[in-house]
Amino acid sequence: MTISPVIKQEHLYKLAEQGKRADGREFNQYRPISIEPGIISKAEGSARVRIGNTQVIAGIKMDLGDPYPDTPNSGVITTAAELIPLASPDFESGPPDQQTIELARVVDRGIRESEVIDLAKLCIIPGEKIWIIFIDIHIIDYDGNLFDAASLAALAALFNAKVPVSQPRLKSGFDRLIEKFPEAEKYVKEHPEDFPLPMRDPPISCTYVKFNNAIVVDPSIDEQEIAEARITVATDIDGDIRAMQKGLLGSFTVDEIKKIIKDSVINGSELRNKLKESVGK
Amino acid sequence: MKSDKKLIDENGKRLDGRGPDQLRNIKIEAGVLHRADGSCYLEWGGNKVLAAVYGPREAIPRHTQNPLKAVVKARYNMAAFSVDDRKRPGPDRRSQEISKVTSEALEKIVLTDQFPRAAIEVNIEVLDAEAGTRCAGLTAAGVALADAGIPMKDIPVACAAGKIGAEEKDGKFTGGFVVLDLGKEEDNFGNADLPIAISPRTNEIILLQMDGHLTFDEFEHALDLAVKGCQEISKLQKDALLRKYKSDVEVE
Repeated sequence: MTISPVIKQEHLYKLAEQGKRADGREFNQYRPISIEPGIISKAEGSARVRIGNTQVIAGIKMDLGDPYPDTPNSGVITTAAELIPLASPDFESGPPDQQTIELARVVDRGIRESEVIDLAKLCIIPGEKIWIIFIDIHIIDYDGNLFDAASLAALAALFNAKVPVSQPRLKSGFDRLIEKFPEAEKYVKEHPEDFPLPMRDPPISCTYVKFNNAIVVDPSIDEQEIAEARITVATDIDGDIRAMQKGLLGSFTVDEIKKIIKDSVINGSELRNKLKESVGK
Repeated sequence: MKSDKKLIDENGKRLDGRGPDQLRNIKIEAGVLHRADGSCYLEWGGNKVLAAVYGPREAIPRHTQNPLKAVVKARYNMAAFSVDDRKRPGPDRRSQEISKVTSEALEKIVLTDQFPRAAIEVNIEVLDAEAGTRCAGLTAAGVALADAGIPMKDIPVACAAGKIGAEEKDGKFTGGFVVLDLGKEEDNFGNADLPIAISPRTNEIILLQMDGHLTFDEFEHALDLAVKGCQEISKLQKDALLRKYKSDVEVE
């Protein structure tokens, strides 16, 4: 907590008892959201997402890679987050800590397990060469709810991304590949130009925190700091659940969880429309 | 490395159409982040950098404290997606060196003796890289320090000059142009690069690096160009700060 933690906590508790939040929002209301795709020219895809004062940039880089033995015909996704000290006085430089790794893994799961990218279409030579997708998430201004901001930024950047088949920097890689596997030439011929990633309708993550028996969506930094429990729910376009993550020391009742899932479907569909509109899909 | 492209023609026109003493387009915005004490977003040609300042606050760990003055800790970091081939996250030798020379340059300008035992942290984040990121980063840091209200003797500013287009004959380079603010191809295939940072009020040099090959005369010319470039950018820095704060001081 930043300043006078106890005073702040009492204030937020009192407001919550009256059904209010410090910034005037409803319990089930997000802060203003903006999504700007394509802001980094060196990246294959990118997006800046703002939720209130929280600001996140996601960038996509792609390269030729080797498949995992258990999925020889599928592309590979790698997600990394950086809570750089630019974003908050409390973030330190150095190797990723537990908080950063949890964030990256939750975002990664939301994308990987939900099969939002058709990874089978990112195979170049079965069992030998595939596309590897690096999703790098930079938190640049921190005012709470990194989970939703990071997920949204990663998705927007993926929708914005083009597979860099025709880029000069990959030419030598493809030349070596064709030398070893002549069938790679067919792949290059079939893909003369950079093409968009094969994307499906994305699941959308919504994060809630609980304090003093109130449950609020899209926690600000102050709400997050006094939160007893946190939960992120990703729901898809059919209203089905695709990923969840509960965090912190507190607990939820079964009824609370059910209500949160129902609210997530509604909030998620609004966010999904916003996302699709901003990336022009 | 040699380029098949000609970096500059006989009339001194460069690949991107600039003349020898012309800067790339620069856009500066002060105070762009909510959490930082001071911040700046800067676009310089294809470079996009963010700088954020935290402090003065207690220097941690304790052994980094100086009982007589504040320390300036600059941290230069490149985003993984800022370059053609993805950069592995985290500090490498290059970024650590840039962090060090930037810290030293800024510490010279900040009135550090006002804040014993404190740290002033300057975080420079390169989001999109296209030659000259250290100059862009230091220039953004200058604006972010001012935005944070850190007392300084001046607003530091950086710019590079270099040499391009020399022909190699029998191991000797002949010809070539001294030019301001190298672009991407010029940086990769040019003959010399001379990034400097100055205190623009006095023209004191607070950062200087050079690689490549310059005669003494060429160096004099390049330094002169770079200082003039710094002076030009210094105006843009002050404009950006005025844009941010002008309305704040207009009292009825």
